[in-house]
Amino acid sequence: MCGTASAQQITAKIGVLTDMSSLYADATGQGSVAAAKMAAADFMKDHPNVKVEVVNADHQNKADVGSQIANQWYDVDHVDVIADVPNSGVALAITQVAANKNKVFLGSGPASSDLTGPKCNMNNVQWTYDTWMLANGTGKAVVKTGGDTWFFLTSDYAFGHALERDTAAVVEANGGKVLGKVRHPINTNDFSSFLLQAQASKAKVIGLANAGGDTVNSIKQASEFGIVSGGQKLAGLLVFVADVNALGLQTAQGLVLTETFYWDLNDQTRAWTKRWHQERGDQKKWPTMNHAGVYASVMHYLKARVALGGNPDGKAVVAKMKEMPTDDPLFGKGTIRADGRKLHPAYLFEVKKPAESKYPGDFYTLRATIPAEEAFRPLKDGGCPMVSG
Amino acid sequence: MVEIFGIPSQALFSQLLIGLINGSFYALLSLGLAVIFGMLNIINFTHGAQYMMGAFAAYLILTYSGLGYWSALIIAPIVVGIFGVIIERTMLQWLYKLDHLYGLLLTFGLALIIEGVARNYYGSAGLPYAMPDSLRGGQNLGFMFLPNYRAWVVVASLTICLGTWFVIERTRLGAYLRAATENPTLVRAFGINVPRMITLTYGFGVALAAFAGVMAAPIYNVSPQMGSDLIIVVFAVVVIGGMGSIMGAIVTGFGLGVIEGLTKVFFPEASNTVIFVIMAIVLLIRPAGLFGRTA
Repeated sequence: MCGTASAQQITAKIGVLTDMSSLYADATGQGSVAAAKMAAADFMKDHPNVKVEVVNADHQNKADVGSQIANQWYDVDHVDVIADVPNSGVALAITQVAANKNKVFLGSGPASSDLTGPKCNMNNVQWTYDTWMLANGTGKAVVKTGGDTWFFLTSDYAFGHALERDTAAVVEANGGKVLGKVRHPINTNDFSSFLLQAQASKAKVIGLANAGGDTVNSIKQASEFGIVSGGQKLAGLLVFVADVNALGLQTAQGLVLTETFYWDLNDQTRAWTKRWHQERGDQKKWPTMNHAGVYASVMHYLKARVALGGNPDGKAVVAKMKEMPTDDPLFGKGTIRADGRKLHPAYLFEVKKPAESKYPGDFYTLRATIPAEEAFRPLKDGGCPMVSG
Repeated sequence: MVEIFGIPSQALFSQLLIGLINGSFYALLSLGLAVIFGMLNIINFTHGAQYMMGAFAAYLILTYSGLGYWSALIIAPIVVGIFGVIIERTMLQWLYKLDHLYGLLLTFGLALIIEGVARNYYGSAGLPYAMPDSLRGGQNLGFMFLPNYRAWVVVASLTICLGTWFVIERTRLGAYLRAATENPTLVRAFGINVPRMITLTYGFGVALAAFAGVMAAPIYNVSPQMGSDLIIVVFAVVVIGGMGSIMGAIVTGFGLGVIEGLTKVFFPEASNTVIFVIMAIVLLIRPAGLFGRTA
């Protein structure tokens, strides 16, 4: 059986559906396409009988545009699997499309924990991180160091709402209190009005339940309005290495954040980053955990396809992915749980002061490692219908 | 504390001031658009990209020559203004006799190209640009903390806006300009080089956008899409004020900034759309805009 499977020619088409032009394009975008191509090349090198093709498209952060591309890819273009998909709003739409057509969705970009909670399905794997993990990483760490009253600056769509909800739960569970919140439209230029409201709330911590360019602008303007020097603390609940790069260490120093991948973590991640730089032809950018998630999830998907003798059936492949332990140079050894949640450790980092940074991209000091079993929401609490019956 | 409409007066006053500050950017950008439309009859869709070029120019000037914010405030508008002059000479000048749509399409295409190039080289997450040391810090006004830099933005923008209005509406040069748009042949007969005047007007409008871009660099994210995020709002401001009306652009720029600021207090989710709601209402009641003249 195995002998025939390995000899058989297997083809796989991977669609990287991402944000190519807007606020998440540096955290995902071209870097994700490069990561998917690297995974395809690495896999084909070890498996000459496998042919992998990578295509990509820009979903423009619009759920309707994303669904339309997904339908076209799955129905007409023979795409087997859609990877990346930053923006939880778009991802929640795509995961339904994948389930209806029995294809595969590897959500390495979206954060909403609903993807493995109430909206889970048998065709979905959420790889890199989620809002529950971010809330429990950064949120808990901040509350435990005395930040017990919070005000949220929330991006007004699925992702922001989920992140705010999950973080508020952590704050309250640890004896803190949420004093208020303000929800801003995605891709907002000026945060001063919202920051003034946060300032007036007198909360000790201002939780930024937003991402990408929105987080960059919030942090930049918070420093201008003297929020941190006035005694309030900022908690960036989702901060990517690309955002820190955009802010500069002068502005970003001292921020506490949670990630599941950092390019400078060990020799393997550094070696991979070097190759990623070559693939991108750009030494000034740093791979984010989303980029790493695309690489690792595509690799594991391809392993499952080969293990099934090339069968592209979505449910069967995802079931196989859950059955096989994961192992890759970026996230180490891990597993995928029944609800589609990939499990690996998470890291609590603090952004270095400019004087502490020794070389380009030397951004973080590791504060704590959160083991895989604590980093993610317990299976029973997610409300995933596949698990709870 | 006194409350107005359920909002503490302190918060309300601070939002009014913030609105005024954001309005400064709207006013400065819509002023450039109004000047260009009023004098050249071109709907300059590249304006957002030219604003972004101003911010990028400030960044590049700092990175490659080490010159700081104050030098950039002068050099960047000149450089980007010259770029505008080149565009006008090589492309726009052939379109004046055609329908508005051609100018709009050309400038829109140019905006996409400029943004694409910037994104290709610098990514989209943005670039850091530090605030000038002399404008760091702020004043405690009692009801809010006013960053010095924002106060400077309001003062600079008001000065530029009123200065431009004065030149166009109250000086001889402005009179020539206005006359040239009404009847270029006649003005040329008086020995005035109309094409050069039109070229310089476009260059000036573009320089205004770049000036706003440099002012934005220390507070907003210097990113390729910073202009396209703003340009639609600024167009709405120009339409509400009346296409081509200088005073209309200035007054509605500040006014809509304030309205938007207040929306952020009462119903933040709607802050992106409130300007368009106002635009719809104004166009229903006064199709030529608040300060516009019906043709």
